[in-house]
Amino acid sequence: MANADCIVLQGGNMAEAHPVGFQWVAEAKARGAKVIHVDPRFTRTSAVADKHIAIRVGSDVALLGALINHVLTHDLWFRDYVLAYTNAARLVSADFRDTEDLGGLFSGFDPETGTYDNTTWAYDEGSDDTLQDPRTVFQILKRHYARYTPELVQQVCGISEADFIYLADAVTGNSGRERTTCWAYATGWTQHTFGAQFIRTAAVLQLLLGNVGRPGSGIMALRGHASIQGSTDIPTLFNLFPGYLPMPVAGRHDTLDAYLAAVGNTQQKGFWANADTYFVSLMKAYFGDAATAENDWYFDRLPRLTGPHSTYETAMAMIDDQVEGYFVLGQNPAVGSANGKLQREAMRHLKWLVVRDLSLIESATWWQDSPEVLSGEVRTEDIETEVFFLPAATHVEKAGSFTQTQRLLQWRHQAVQPPGECQSELDFFLELGQRIRSLVADSGDERDRPLLDMTWDYPDDETGNPDPQAVLREINGYRTGEHGQRELVSGFGELKADGSTSSGCWIYAGVFAGDENKAARRVPGGGAGVSQSQWGWAWPADRRILYNRASADPDGKPWSDRKKYIWWDEEQQRWVGDDVPDFPVDRAPHSRPDPALGGPAALGGDDPFIMQSDGKGWLFAPSGLVDGPLPTHFEPQESPVRNLLYPQQQSPARVIYPREDNLDAPSAGEQGADVFPFVFTTYRLTEHHTAGGMSRWLPYLSELQPEMFCEVSPQLAAERGLVNEGWATIVSPRAVIEAKVLVTERMTPLTIDGRTVHQIGLPYHWGVGNEALVTGDAANDLIGVTLDPNVLIQESKVGSCDIVAGRRPRGAAAEALLASYNERAGVTVQTDNQRITDPPAELHDPAPGDDRDQEGWTRW
Amino acid sequence: MGRLSTLQWPVVRQLRTGDRTGRGVAATSPTTRDLQPRTTTADRVVQSVCPYCAVGCGQQVYVKDEKVVQIEGDPDSPISRGRLCPKGSASEQLVNAPGRQYEVLYRKPRGTQWERLDRDSAIEMIAQRFVQSRRNRWQERDDEGRILRRTMGIASLGGATLDNEENYLIKKLFTAAGAIQIENQARI
Amino acid sequence: MVNSWNPVRGGWAHELSGPTDPATDSGWTEHEARRGFFTDTSICIGCKACEVACKEWNRNPRDGDLELTGWSYDNTQGLGASTWRHVAFIEQDAARVEQARESGRRLVDLGMPRIGAPTADAPVDRTPPDTAEFRWLMASDVCKHCTHAGCLDVCPTGALFRTEFGSVVVQPDVCNGCGTCVAGCPFGVIERRSDGTAAPTTREGERKGEQPKVPRRGVAQKCTLCYDRLVDGQTPACAKTCPTTSIKFGEHAELVAAARDRVRELHEQGMPEARLYGANELDGVGGTGSVFLLLDEPEVYGLPPDPRVPTADLQVMFRRAGFAAAGMVAAAVVAFVGGGR
Repeated sequence: MANADCIVLQGGNMAEAHPVGFQWVAEAKARGAKVIHVDPRFTRTSAVADKHIAIRVGSDVALLGALINHVLTHDLWFRDYVLAYTNAARLVSADFRDTEDLGGLFSGFDPETGTYDNTTWAYDEGSDDTLQDPRTVFQILKRHYARYTPELVQQVCGISEADFIYLADAVTGNSGRERTTCWAYATGWTQHTFGAQFIRTAAVLQLLLGNVGRPGSGIMALRGHASIQGSTDIPTLFNLFPGYLPMPVAGRHDTLDAYLAAVGNTQQKGFWANADTYFVSLMKAYFGDAATAENDWYFDRLPRLTGPHSTYETAMAMIDDQVEGYFVLGQNPAVGSANGKLQREAMRHLKWLVVRDLSLIESATWWQDSPEVLSGEVRTEDIETEVFFLPAATHVEKAGSFTQTQRLLQWRHQAVQPPGECQSELDFFLELGQRIRSLVADSGDERDRPLLDMTWDYPDDETGNPDPQAVLREINGYRTGEHGQRELVSGFGELKADGSTSSGCWIYAGVFAGDENKAARRVPGGGAGVSQSQWGWAWPADRRILYNRASADPDGKPWSDRKKYIWWDEEQQRWVGDDVPDFPVDRAPHSRPDPALGGPAALGGDDPFIMQSDGKGWLFAPSGLVDGPLPTHFEPQESPVRNLLYPQQQSPARVIYPREDNLDAPSAGEQGADVFPFVFTTYRLTEHHTAGGMSRWLPYLSELQPEMFCEVSPQLAAERGLVNEGWATIVSPRAVIEAKVLVTERMTPLTIDGRTVHQIGLPYHWGVGNEALVTGDAANDLIGVTLDPNVLIQESKVGSCDIVAGRRPRGAAAEALLASYNERAGVTVQTDNQRITDPPAELHDPAPGDDRDQEGWTRW
Repeated sequence: MGRLSTLQWPVVRQLRTGDRTGRGVAATSPTTRDLQPRTTTADRVVQSVCPYCAVGCGQQVYVKDEKVVQIEGDPDSPISRGRLCPKGSASEQLVNAPGRQYEVLYRKPRGTQWERLDRDSAIEMIAQRFVQSRRNRWQERDDEGRILRRTMGIASLGGATLDNEENYLIKKLFTAAGAIQIENQARI
Repeated sequence: MVNSWNPVRGGWAHELSGPTDPATDSGWTEHEARRGFFTDTSICIGCKACEVACKEWNRNPRDGDLELTGWSYDNTQGLGASTWRHVAFIEQDAARVEQARESGRRLVDLGMPRIGAPTADAPVDRTPPDTAEFRWLMASDVCKHCTHAGCLDVCPTGALFRTEFGSVVVQPDVCNGCGTCVAGCPFGVIERRSDGTAAPTTREGERKGEQPKVPRRGVAQKCTLCYDRLVDGQTPACAKTCPTTSIKFGEHAELVAAARDRVRELHEQGMPEARLYGANELDGVGGTGSVFLLLDEPEVYGLPPDPRVPTADLQVMFRRAGFAAAGMVAAAVVAFVGGGR
């Protein structure tokens, strides 16, 4: 980011959430880079940006789509880059129908299941390098965003035309051969019913501007936990194995061949074609000698998915008494998960619960002091759940690696022993596994085979704790040497599908190459090179910028001297530069290998996007996203605004849970929408960490932000009689909470489609309980569970509410207040949960005779 | 403290040191003169990484008598260059937190209070429940006869604050147990 | 820069007001160059890392009663016995921003601060930056470590002393808690630690609801410029941790020069409201060891516009007292002589 000429911070609050990372933005700004913050609130990031642009929460696709339209209509796109490195020229199936044709749906939508069949989104044979064919990706893109104009941005986002032009000029003026613009986002983009599409919109725009794979370019995800990247790479997630290999799904991956074909067939370009080597090596790491060619490398004994088994599905299964036991590991769902009441109810249905944390967080003590116990709704004596609290070790009481937000693994050395009965997860799970294995050792039950077959022998290190480096070596992987001895592999290129190699996470292969823990490298400043490569280890293969082949032009020369990074050295016949080339190192710029070779061998010299099946950056995504090939503006699940672009109000493929304990406020145009007239958004503060488990117990942090508060504009305060430092009660269809009030001009009422929309800000760090130094009502109790279908992340950045002055009622009166609101609004489980907003306008395929170019032509 | 020698009498000190007004060198107490930072007197300094957000700032952990006495930014880190935010600056307090829990606690069904439980017993009890719940909710095949080989009886939440090595073992154990409902903050 | 006592200057005048080298005045012969802070509030992000790092290093207790103040994001309210770095948050609308610019222009017109020769021949674009409708100022305040320190000058016990770095430090083992220094500080920085606050937070007694012992209770407390770190060549905790280098630590003379450059830079970027605070050695405290770059008048940040050390008038007072005494003696003589007649 320090190399960028323009930085747009959108969907995130970097100065507050990542203050130390923000030094690089500050440095770029001091060097003359323009910094623009697009956010519903004026935050500490806005305070030091060149400009703050207030946006209505959840309307980012409209803004970014308008920037795409601006770039296309004013011919500001980076032609050489786009032609060479993106799929702009590819032809798309003649059967494809856009949201422009179908009122907000793409072709292939099944209203019954709420899912798309993406057959019609596929490429057709051929391409048109003139980009004139109406079926090219380029022309489809143009048509798709043609109505995303500055006027529309004003109406939908509340951003003035002048501000839009300011942003457009800053971004386009700082893109091209000589300059680069960088975007950075956080949960302000992800926590929406179509959050993945927010990021896709930025990706399309950045590809058009040539801002991917180059210094100071890209789209940075600013992640919120020390190893949240690591916990997706080596996932504690239901749908993935390490290295982004999917978990097998019943009916789709019933055989190993079917599974491998789905992950990456050997015919496609790029590195996913070698998925068989990654998978077999993983099974060898997991099950050792028990994984053989004969048993398909243990594939048949792996558990199968049958649909989403996300944390919300699981919580609902708990309420249905389908889940008996629950481990909560350094997370605080009673406070930090959406619809907190539902989360706490779920835990009440468990037979047993294990909470491992540093302090007695609310998720450990809810049976004593949750809002439901305090209100008398449930009694402690009636709760059957057995609760185990086990104290955890802190980051200095164990060694191990974190993977930070730029994919860099950094090793932590152990400073002291865990005190008292505290222990690391490594220690705990190793011991738990050993005890489970002893319990089933003699069972003779076939189901227990995998538990006994898995490799589970890890030595202790010199401190007497299980040796995390032994685990990291297993993750790195081994090959069988000449004399049958085990040798550490030096990269994923060495992995094989014949059972002779193992690797617990193929993208981490190389972290322990040469028996050196490269995550522990600590050359001051990262060494002399630009890429600071002597500090830690970045996956894959220690690359610091992904897809960096794109930093050179199709001929292999740097796009400019100023933005030089990786280039083709004619003499050496190799890619050289300031980083590890993210490309076959000897593949000449103009080489055109036979595509039939498949895999990395098939990559052309100008196919920088080596993980894509065609080696190109996708402006249009024929596959990979379940809710559409092009990002499209929809309104949030709950919104006081109609979708001004399409008859379809919400994202049609969002995951909905129509349940009595998960009700939604009527959206604009529906009966009762005025009962919950305001928009709320939730966020973090610098002074706290997520649900507070690591901050609300610390006096120094607690005193800095001691109480739950809400931020409102002076206009809204006047309208509702709210007083600074006084109390407010906030009501959503899920809960009633109270908060202290900050009246501030940092909150701006927006004029949306001719009417005023007030937004309310709610930090989400506090929870109700007796243990923390500072407590308060939880913002997450207000939030409903509706998910993005790609990643199953909830829409916690936006919801509808009412706000009134004063404290909330206590006991049963709070429930009564909530009920009266929902009754007044006519809320039912069907509210906002219709798949198709306006079936006659949307499900009709336009007749071939419809002339879209005719003036005044409209489908609806 | 014994009697001051004549040379240490304040007025003599003022005259002797040239600190005529007695506001500087003459005013220093023995404690002041012996001051040493605990970053200097520490037994060792251990390199670590901040446990809060995903920027991954380097930390130096100062240990004295097997206790953490100070945590500061690591100036060698090219990511953070020695700087920390308020949370990172509070890391020492996180480790030595007054509200930190050091003992295993147990709440029995319908219990109104925590009880003490030793760690070995607790892990053994958890292992037994794990095995039992795994069997209780085992699914061998779905309605169409397709293999599922899984249990829906056990779930897990958390991981983004844990180490890669820890997440690796958790996923491995759960996969071998057929427990698929495993999630972390990345989804939240 | 190593200074030594200059007998030629002699006298006490420079020890009480105006430009001087404070360490030399306090008998440090072979002393260190004067150290200080330059707090550039124009790049502060209000993260409060300085507040936490300071408390953690000095093992100071948390302040206050854990209630929201309603003062923007400021919940520690000001410097005190336990809070030695404090971040102020000031929200300003367009009208106030314009006032700040106007007052800044007046300062420039007055020739203050004098910032060297014009840098470029080309006309400088002084168009104000874009965000003028609203702004949110953040500033980390700290003890000023005055050249003429009121707290030090009035301390009757020798608990406060001038260090070889030119800073002013309380020795808690000497302080008897008389509180004279509290009234002596023109900035309201130093304070006696009372029982109203909670305990050192890395010790026991900070669980919810507990109000345990306070260390060094009754003793005057304030920023030491991390004297205990400086003696070993280390940077003060707040400056070391500051994510954006808003807090800079170093040799005072260099910091003041850097601060003047930064003001010039901001003026050239069209921010005439930028000004320095504490860099004028002719002010009522002889300039301060902690220098600040502000974007509005000092009062806006809760700083006195014209701080004056109470002992600045000591010389005049002494002289007048001397005249008075001499007069008395003369009168007595006259009376005596006259009486003998």
